[in-house]
Amino acid sequence: MSQPKPYRVSHLDALEAESIFVMREVMAEFERPVLLFSGGKDSIVMLRLAEKAFAPARIPFAVMHVDTGHNFPEVLDYRDSRVATLGLNLVVASVQEAIDAGLVRELPDGTRNRIQTPVLLAAVEKYRFDALFGGARRDEEKARAKERMFSFRDEFGQWDPKNQRPELWALYNGKHHPGESIRVFPLSNWTELDVWHYIAREKIPLPSIYYAHDREVVERDGMFYAVNEFIRLRDGETSQVRRVRYRTVGDASQTAAVLSDADTVETVIAEVAATRITERGATRGDDKVSEAAMEDRKREGYF
Amino acid sequence: MTQALLEAESAPAQRMDLLRFATAGSVDDGKSTLIGRLLYDTKSIFADQLDAVEAVSAARGDEYTNLALLTDGLRAEREQGITIDVAYRYFATPRRKFIIADTPGHIQYTRNMVTGASTADLALILVDARKGLVEQSRRHAFLTSLLRVPHLVLCVNKMDLVDWDKSVYDKIADEFTSFAAKLEITDLTIIPVSALNGDNIASRSENSPWYEGSSLLHHLEHVHIASDRNLVDVRFPVQYVIRPQSTTVTDYRGYAGQVASGVLKPGDEVMVLPSGLTSTIAGIDTADGPVAEAFPPMSVTVKLSDEIDISRGDLICRPNNAPAVAQDIEAMICWMDESAPLRVGAKYTIKHTTRTARTVIRGLQYRLDVNTLHRDDSAGDLKLNEIGRVKLRTTVPLLADEYRRNRTTGGFILIDEGTNRTVGAGMIIEAQ
Ligand SMILES: Nc1nc2c(ncn2[C@@H]2O[C@H](COP(=O)(O)OP(=O)(O)O)[C@@H](O)[C@H]2O)c(=O)[nH]1
Ligand SMILES: [Mg+2]
Repeated sequence: MSQPKPYRVSHLDALEAESIFVMREVMAEFERPVLLFSGGKDSIVMLRLAEKAFAPARIPFAVMHVDTGHNFPEVLDYRDSRVATLGLNLVVASVQEAIDAGLVRELPDGTRNRIQTPVLLAAVEKYRFDALFGGARRDEEKARAKERMFSFRDEFGQWDPKNQRPELWALYNGKHHPGESIRVFPLSNWTELDVWHYIAREKIPLPSIYYAHDREVVERDGMFYAVNEFIRLRDGETSQVRRVRYRTVGDASQTAAVLSDADTVETVIAEVAATRITERGATRGDDKVSEAAMEDRKREGYF
Repeated sequence: MTQALLEAESAPAQRMDLLRFATAGSVDDGKSTLIGRLLYDTKSIFADQLDAVEAVSAARGDEYTNLALLTDGLRAEREQGITIDVAYRYFATPRRKFIIADTPGHIQYTRNMVTGASTADLALILVDARKGLVEQSRRHAFLTSLLRVPHLVLCVNKMDLVDWDKSVYDKIADEFTSFAAKLEITDLTIIPVSALNGDNIASRSENSPWYEGSSLLHHLEHVHIASDRNLVDVRFPVQYVIRPQSTTVTDYRGYAGQVASGVLKPGDEVMVLPSGLTSTIAGIDTADGPVAEAFPPMSVTVKLSDEIDISRGDLICRPNNAPAVAQDIEAMICWMDESAPLRVGAKYTIKHTTRTARTVIRGLQYRLDVNTLHRDDSAGDLKLNEIGRVKLRTTVPLLADEYRRNRTTGGFILIDEGTNRTVGAGMIIEAQ
């Protein structure tokens, strides 16, 4: 009775196979691909998929970190150790250097999410990257739900949501003129829960901040921000030590932690499965600005 | 938390499989409401998403929380109250993960539905019980069959507005069944529902004692998709050649790709196209180690026992079961470009499996009216959203099967050589 079904594939196997296919397509059709690696869980999973796609050869492209300068030290350490282990070529596009050189201007509120975009685009131009792997998922955000696997960008890095190429079967159209580029999102069809199930299955190590730990935090608008060099207590605010973990890792001045006791991958999965709030809604100050905040940033050339 | 969700959380992720489906319906048939229902009943809508939707609904003066705002993500869509583009939505139950391609009804309908249907295991068509079958319902059924979506579900919606009258349902079901019979639709399921009230969506409703089938969600969870895959014809389009330049791994040469169909095993005798040279499979590698078999949709790396010249765009098959090696192709083409029509004599880039070539349109045999299925053989071109039977010649041979036999080796896209846009989708009828 309990015979294994023949030729069965789990949903994780199917997602993995699709992502690997996409990465190989890019390597075969582009001259200078690069993988955007932030040290966040999605880019970590993407890097694992790249390892798998080209094994036993090394990952055949560079990785790039658009460094806001607002980092969690655990994440930078993780980035450097992964890069060293895999023997990768790391390109750092530094927002701080761009500010110092007068290429971009610090925003009045000191947040650097938005000013990453020109720094990213300048690096793309400098290194003549023609395909950029990003770890965005369609379940993250409404504008992302309409994003293609291969997303065309003009010579200004802009996304035109109303003018996207139809994407049929697994026939991805990567054609572009010099100066234009394609953003590629191999994790398009993954959800937050799929990513965690995969991290568990593959036993992928993560920066420690993804798991519950005690941290000094301040509560703002119902979100818990770490008190550190980027986030200082304002008048009237008090800090408290709470057990928290991070669901996403972005600009450390804008990314909030969630209260959590989940300190293993299994307990995180249980928590993610039960949560009633999306990961961006729970942790990103930058998305709360307006209904179309993400769409606007993407149009400008954001990840 | 629902029981289903508790199980989803504890069920080993390995046991779930994946079903992709595309939804279709005319404006106001209740498509957004139905998708909202499925997401809501499987606890896939998050509190902050609902809050945002409620806030926008209230600001617009909607009487009820408009679940369509969940899928309509672009600024222009919210402003104009329309859906512009295919949106992808995700939900899961303990048995399956689902990917919904939500294809809008109003603008550029055919293009969007063809796109959504191209990867779908199942198409879900809605009709309004009060209106019955309309022209669009027939068009949706036709596109489902053209794209060879293996399973079709017709939801007869708004049954609450016809007092759950069995005869209303029967009439629509009979009419649709006889229409579908003409279209080679092999698996058709018809379900009476009220998307608004959730009847027969996540569980069977007491309002339809006369209906003996399962709820929509139960059907989606249980519809048998494993045998939809073609496990007979071995087709392995080579994507990329892996040759490590390293001191630790020497003399490795593997052909990376995703199995399109068939089952590959070490020791199998194989033929490589277009050269026609034969060899045997020396091994099948993945990053997790060698495997004894590879089948769709696995991405693997195949090693052969002979050193033969193989590159991207070649295809590995069995000597006694090979696709056509063809430069003359006949295909149904759906045109997707608004700026210029498909014209006889025009040249395009063609992408077929991992092979890219140039092609010239040799002839347009007829344009098909997707509502009446009438063939217009005096047509001179194909405009946006039009479908026709076309003859093409390619610069190099394609390694092609009929689309009806193989959706991967039978499908192609056309790309405009000036704008680089994807302008057409093709389904091969004959290749020689
Ligand atoms: N009474 C009733 N109304 C429904 C049902 N499903 C949808 N509606 C209503 O029909 C209208 C159009 O629904 P919507 O989901 O926006 O249709 P769409 O254009 O196909 O996405 C809305 O007012 C819905 O509330 C149903 O099953 N019963
Ligand atoms: Mg709608």
